[in-house]
Amino acid sequence: MLDTGPERPVAVSVRNVTQRFAAQGAAGTVVALDDISLDVRRGEFVCLLGPSGCGKSTLLNIIGGLFDASEGSVTVAGQPVKGPSPKRISFIFQESTLYPWYSIRENFDVSFKFQGVPKAEWEGRTRDALAAVGMSRFIDHYPNQLSVGMRQRVNLARGLALDTDIILMDEPFAALDEQTRMVLGEDLSELLAKTGKTIIFVTHSLAEAVFLSDRIFVWTARPGRIKSIIEVGEAHPRSPDFMLTQRFGELRNQCYALLRDEVRQAMSLERDAGAPAPAGA
Amino acid sequence: MSDASTFTTRSIQIAFVAIMIGVWYGVTTTGSVTPLFLPPIDAVKSAFVRLVQTGQFWSAVRVTLTTIAQAWLIAVVMGILVAYLVTRSKFLVAVFEPVIASTFAIPLTLLFPLFILFFGIGPNSKVAYAATYGFFPVALNTIAGLSSVNEHYLRAARSMGASGFDTFRHVLFPAAFPVILTGLRVSFFISFASVLGGETLSSAAGIGKNIALAAELMEPARMYAWIVFVICTTVTLNFVVSAFENRRREY
Repeated sequence: MLDTGPERPVAVSVRNVTQRFAAQGAAGTVVALDDISLDVRRGEFVCLLGPSGCGKSTLLNIIGGLFDASEGSVTVAGQPVKGPSPKRISFIFQESTLYPWYSIRENFDVSFKFQGVPKAEWEGRTRDALAAVGMSRFIDHYPNQLSVGMRQRVNLARGLALDTDIILMDEPFAALDEQTRMVLGEDLSELLAKTGKTIIFVTHSLAEAVFLSDRIFVWTARPGRIKSIIEVGEAHPRSPDFMLTQRFGELRNQCYALLRDEVRQAMSLERDAGAPAPAGA
Repeated sequence: MSDASTFTTRSIQIAFVAIMIGVWYGVTTTGSVTPLFLPPIDAVKSAFVRLVQTGQFWSAVRVTLTTIAQAWLIAVVMGILVAYLVTRSKFLVAVFEPVIASTFAIPLTLLFPLFILFFGIGPNSKVAYAATYGFFPVALNTIAGLSSVNEHYLRAARSMGASGFDTFRHVLFPAAFPVILTGLRVSFFISFASVLGGETLSSAAGIGKNIALAAELMEPARMYAWIVFVICTTVTLNFVVSAFENRRREY
């Protein structure tokens, strides 16, 4: 059954957020985000899907309180965001942010310490989270003793162990090969179905977006705007069989159709922004 | 490195030392060098034994080692502190990094007489001089280390609510540590050399003072006894530092 309908309370509300950056070299500013408004309901899994450089990661950082928006506001559970709120929001980043100088256990410990979790809970929460991703055996290993896939699995476990209502994921699987990515996606779908957390997930993988999301926000190229919202409407946890259904294919194609022109535009923007092309190129 | 090639490099290194001692022995027994410039090994050895038997050996060693330890400690604390403050913003790094780097390029030996003027002939002038010299490699390496810490690590710490001190202790410092360690090592040997050099130039006590005194009194055997002692100490310390550096985990 699906209970992500509009009757659920809003967890994250973004209102008219605009973000400008000082442009490198050339005078003036670059508009990264242009008047973005969106609502994410509690327990919902939302993907921000768009071409590289469209500002979706920037929005994620603004929601998490790591950047200040140039204009507009973000509220989380009714309260305005004015900086990181580690008790309510955790991040899972693109690169594994496990500290290589600490063992897996020490990495969890230091995260709990940062977040202000009572020491008595550290051990149990670490064990539970690692067990959930099947990495218990590696608790005393160092990150560089693990493969990239295993590391990102642990990184995921740490994000979950922080036990915030909202998790912001910034292309957490981008560095992985396709198969590992799929398997981790399945695991994620299963884990999250149990916890009922609110997730905002940034990706540029079409399959990942369709497989994981309740709703997909498709973005335009720079300046970033939301072009379209696609409802996936499939209950979690999702089995790999979902990927074989006709509906999956249709949704994927629909996303691609929306994105194709944007990606072309993003590429030409990048070309124009770069150094003058050599003659004949 | 494989065991076999480690063995080869070690053998060559030991052979090199053996040849040096052999040459020393050779030129002094054949009389091709006057004993005033280079006394025979036996003479240096008995001079050393006599030196150790007198109380002045250990008191000189104590003065010098204490001076080095104090100077290095000040250099390390000040170097890391200044580097931490400078790396709080890219602007400060842009302003101060070149200033520190070019001050380090000045031969500070020129300023040694000023240290004697300000701090007197006792150990304090050597502490101040060596601490000043030793400060630069620590500061420069720590600035380099702290300003190259992966942005992702810092953003993750911030998102988890880490305080400024916790971020320094658990993220910034360990991330920069391999680079800082190089600075600490260079600083240590600079402090060591500065204290000995300072003592040789102008001092009331210490190993450097004793070397200079032996030279003045035309007692080459005693002078070489001190020099060999300093060389052995330095080589041993270098081994200890290298062993420590190799033990830390590579990341």
